[in-house]
Amino acid sequence: MGWAPVNHAQTRKPERWLGALAIILALILWEIIAEFIVGDVFYLPSPSDVILAFISLVQSGTLLMDIEVSLLHFAIGIGAALVIGIPIGIAMGWNRRIDAFLDPIIEILRPIPPLAWIPFAIVWFGLTNASAGFVIFIGAVFPVLINTYTGFRSVPRIFVEAGKMLGCTKNRDLIRYIAFPSALPSVAAGIRIATGVGWMCLVAAELFGVSKYGLGQKLWFFYNLHQMDSVVVYMILLGLIGLAFDMLFRYWIDWQFLKWRTGEVA
Amino acid sequence: MGELVIQNLTQTFPRDDGTALTAIEHLNLTVSDKEFLCVLGPSGCGKTTLLRMIAGLDTATGGEILLDGERITGPDPRIGIVFQEYSLFPWRNILDNVAFGLEMQGMERDERYRLAEQYLDLVGLTPFAKSYPSELSGGMRQRVAVARALALDPVVLLMDEPFGALDAQTRNMLQHELLGIWEKTKKTIIFITHSVDEAVFMADRIIVLTPRPGRICEVFSIDQPRPRDRTSVEFAKVRRLVLDLINQPKCTLP
Repeated sequence: MGWAPVNHAQTRKPERWLGALAIILALILWEIIAEFIVGDVFYLPSPSDVILAFISLVQSGTLLMDIEVSLLHFAIGIGAALVIGIPIGIAMGWNRRIDAFLDPIIEILRPIPPLAWIPFAIVWFGLTNASAGFVIFIGAVFPVLINTYTGFRSVPRIFVEAGKMLGCTKNRDLIRYIAFPSALPSVAAGIRIATGVGWMCLVAAELFGVSKYGLGQKLWFFYNLHQMDSVVVYMILLGLIGLAFDMLFRYWIDWQFLKWRTGEVA
Repeated sequence: MGELVIQNLTQTFPRDDGTALTAIEHLNLTVSDKEFLCVLGPSGCGKTTLLRMIAGLDTATGGEILLDGERITGPDPRIGIVFQEYSLFPWRNILDNVAFGLEMQGMERDERYRLAEQYLDLVGLTPFAKSYPSELSGGMRQRVAVARALALDPVVLLMDEPFGALDAQTRNMLQHELLGIWEKTKKTIIFITHSVDEAVFMADRIIVLTPRPGRICEVFSIDQPRPRDRTSVEFAKVRRLVLDLINQPKCTLP
């Protein structure tokens, strides 16, 4: 489709302007409603309240620390999800007996909401960073595991047979050289879903006082002080950082796979 | 060397209702070194089953296959295969696809690229070394698949309707190229096809299989010199002969 990029560029620009316009209009509307209709910073802080709160938060200087601590929690959770989810997904996707053996346990554990694990997170890990990481891990591990499994399950047989005929006959080599690269787009999609779910678990994971800093921790802290303008600052930060993660990841996926799976990666 | 002896080969598949489907029955065949053998037969006659057993991808229910006197029990580096479907690894570029088998053998990077480039040159695709399979046409992909199989320097090359999915023009061109490669590299080639024209154009010998169970129905040697002219009278004569052979009741009825 040679015309597609051209058409794309032509329609993309006005769309972007429309999106920016909508944001500006929403901000104005929000300001008017907050200022003149609600008129109470506790029930609905206006954008200008939020900006002022942001400036004072920047001056008081814990914002960077909060982001740092939250990223640490997030990294622990996602890291553990990858280290545990990918090998189990590979084992289950490659070996039918392991699949039959582990599948019931996973199907029972999977529907338990990550937040339901908070009591045990505290009992097992105490009020530590690992405890918050554990809650995020529970949210992130299943998408990683299931997508890795699906990716390995759907490796075309022809690739495995072609590999065998070319001297790649050991299970370990077949997984490394054939199945894993073939399943990688699916694994990557799973990691992307996992980062989204993990990020959503962050606020709850920091709610029970595992650390003195953190985006979620501060959100609850300012809620308890009834400083709702600061709460909004942290809400927006959580949203923007989540969006940045997703965009970075998407960019990475496109760059990694677009060259060989043109048009297949959403 | 590349002499293949098939003795009393039988392959049955269990069916869901408990009965067994006999795909190949008591098949005996000797393919001599450097021979170009075409296996001809209708869909479902066990051509692919036969090839998969020679490749070592499936184990026969009975009988045995010997390559230069040695029994084949699994995928063997002396046997290469080109599949009908596109089997190139889409995550590797063309050069890395051709070099794959050499990489598995543990060959040094420079050395395997040097060899892979030679085979890429043999199929005329040197300019596409850095391209990915999705960027290539069907005919080019099958050329790469041939280069990839040849890179390991097998003595026997198995081809399962490799040009079946291509348009007639491309197919003719690739047949011609394959004969050129065969002249140069002198492999034993077992080529499966359902096209009489293709078989007559390329083969030293054609075997015709019967459908279910697959047995050898006819063996036909072609001693016309190559390159053969598809439009010549002799070619048409041979073509008609083979067509008559495959249309005999004993070759078409189970």
